[in-house]
Amino acid sequence: MPDLENFRTETRAWLEANCPPEMREPVRGEDDIYWGGRNATFKNDAQKAWLEACIALGYTVPMWPKAYGGAGLTAAEAKVLREEMGRINARPPLSSFGIWMLGPALLHFGTEGQKQRFLNEIARGEIRWCQGYSEPGSGSDLVSLQTFGEDKGDHWVVNGQKIWTSYADHADWIFCLVRTDKADKYQGITFMLFDMASEGVTTKPIKLISGSSPFCETFFDNVAVPKSYGDDCPAQVGTINRGWDVAKYLLGHEREMISGADGGERAAAIGAAMKRHAAKLGDEIDPVLRAELANFDVDALAYAAMGEKFLDEIKVGKAHPAQPNMMKYAGTELNKRRHELVMAVGGSRALEWESEATEGGKPSKSWLRTKANSIEGGTSEVMLNVIAKRILDLPGA
Amino acid sequence: MPLYHNEDQAMLANTARGFIAEEGNIAKQLRHWRDRNCKDGFGHGLWKQMAEMGFTGMLVEEADGGLGMGHVEAGIVLEEIGRNLTPSPFLTSSVLAATALKHGSNDLKGRYLPGLIAGDSVFAVAIDETAKHRPSRITTRAEKSGNGFKLSGSKSFVIHGSSSDMIVVAARTSGSDEDADGITLFAVPKDAAGMSHEAVRLVDSSMATHTKFDAVELDGDAVIGEIDGGRAVLDAMLLAGRVGAAAEGVGVARGAMDMTVDYLKQRKQFGRLIGEFQALQHRTSHLYSEVEIARAATIKAQQLLDGGSAHAELMASVAKAKVAKTARLAVQEGVQMHGGIGMTDEYDIGLYMKRDRALAEFLGDAHFHANRVAELSGY
Repeated sequence: MPDLENFRTETRAWLEANCPPEMREPVRGEDDIYWGGRNATFKNDAQKAWLEACIALGYTVPMWPKAYGGAGLTAAEAKVLREEMGRINARPPLSSFGIWMLGPALLHFGTEGQKQRFLNEIARGEIRWCQGYSEPGSGSDLVSLQTFGEDKGDHWVVNGQKIWTSYADHADWIFCLVRTDKADKYQGITFMLFDMASEGVTTKPIKLISGSSPFCETFFDNVAVPKSYGDDCPAQVGTINRGWDVAKYLLGHEREMISGADGGERAAAIGAAMKRHAAKLGDEIDPVLRAELANFDVDALAYAAMGEKFLDEIKVGKAHPAQPNMMKYAGTELNKRRHELVMAVGGSRALEWESEATEGGKPSKSWLRTKANSIEGGTSEVMLNVIAKRILDLPGA
Repeated sequence: MPLYHNEDQAMLANTARGFIAEEGNIAKQLRHWRDRNCKDGFGHGLWKQMAEMGFTGMLVEEADGGLGMGHVEAGIVLEEIGRNLTPSPFLTSSVLAATALKHGSNDLKGRYLPGLIAGDSVFAVAIDETAKHRPSRITTRAEKSGNGFKLSGSKSFVIHGSSSDMIVVAARTSGSDEDADGITLFAVPKDAAGMSHEAVRLVDSSMATHTKFDAVELDGDAVIGEIDGGRAVLDAMLLAGRVGAAAEGVGVARGAMDMTVDYLKQRKQFGRLIGEFQALQHRTSHLYSEVEIARAATIKAQQLLDGGSAHAELMASVAKAKVAKTARLAVQEGVQMHGGIGMTDEYDIGLYMKRDRALAEFLGDAHFHANRVAELSGY
């Protein structure tokens, strides 16, 4: 494919000219990630320059159509771009739930007006979105959610509470599941978009066992949500009362994302790195631990092959529609094991919570963070239920 | 290359699945020969049929009369063999010996390949010398003698040993027992004087031998590849065999899983289908996940091997280890979920358990290959 090779050459040259050296360093802290939004600040000029260069070409969302802020790349071209960015360790210019979640939903279900407005805002990092799904009483059983939007003609009045809203305290807008018909469990939910600055919205960060607070409780107290934001731009995605379809579609996306199906660190072997790490600490890895690392590497490398196969099959529509659930289950369980082993190799040094040597307790905090992997976006047990029902077709599942 | 079967391969899979399910199924082959106490442990009629299908010579180069296919294709056939527990000399003859013979002289190829392609010949490989697979240590010796060699020593776990027309034997021609170099591979014909077999029936009803070589005289032209340079041929043969055994293991795992899932949908207890119980659903879903992953690893290893990649060895061990663990899980869950009848000879699920045990041991078990993954990764 000569075109693809041309694209690779061009991309390589463009990256060389436009990706500042600071943006080729590994991400060390939260402020190295640029999330965008009204209140976002750049850590340095390099971060700003890199973002602007990417926006100009549509590379914050390479596969989205050009009209919506993307670059209109084919899957093959996007892969080349990823590979070339990976080659120089380029950081993602922009991270956001708008890119990962709302964007795909709008591309699939949105009106032209919604796409024009919201997708462009997301692509340029102007608006930071958060996701309002779970509620205190509706975790795994999400469809039982109670947050209610009362129909007031040209607007809804929303009351209720969301939980595990990632970065709600930094978000500008929310995409939110709101019950609009109490009589119909599945067909009584609307996928609403509204401004977090609206009167009656409050957020409260939740401190986790890892010490960080990426999640919030979010409260809605008589929040007025207009039904329309202008021409062809309704406040709901898809049809009123059919938001569950959108939610299910997005959960599939989320599970794929959390599964690390695209490879990444989760699918990598660790044994060799752990041996070096132990040597640095002046230790040796004992034989039983070595055996566990070897068994882990077998599973990790096999999972990497599965990830590759899964993505290849998705491209041509060969993957079972419920396969992301399997990937999410296997990928998150694997990641938890990975961090258990990292902690085991690190010994007492890995227990340090604040020290400089551990960059502020990175091993232990990452280890604790991974425990959420098999809970968020659908627990492992829910994944196993879905596999039983939709893939294995077991009775009564 | 995408990690799924292309159109030709999907067609082959379809053909192989139908053919082996029809002709190679458990009633027609495994039980049939087992119940007759067959000394070969497999049927020559089916071997002949597999030749007519083009399977027996699929890895043989076209120039040598074969189909010149790769390990993805061989894996397709092996997966169906595994699924049906078909006793067959395919893995030892068409994969292991055929791979060794690729390195052989034209004379050797001419002597053995036509019989393989026609389904008239069966081959075995003699590698192991102790109860565990340990090809790094080879003590069977071949001393120079006139124009040829005198082979002395003993081998174990020689599958189809007493039924084979030729056995590929790894022997030491120089150096000490643990040396990497100094290995030579020999194609030993079945009537070689001084070769004797003690045939043993294994747990899965397959037949293996302890084979003794008592100053077996071999011509110089029995050498496969280079004298003292046989390690490379042995490694190539083992690599192909391990990837093949992984594919067969995937078939065993899938066969056991499918049978168990079917059973969960039929068996009633407490007034409900047992497949309704979440305790069983979750375990079955976990098994499904493992089987999918093991299969992906196996196809990846096949593709890397066909592409001549330097990573093929690592991935072959990943696949062999992963499949061994996964098939073990599949057969154990299979017997447990079948309950009491899972312990009966009448039901097939127990046959899967037996086959898995023997297959996993062949060419290195999960421990051997996990260890190898560590070694190849540098720890």
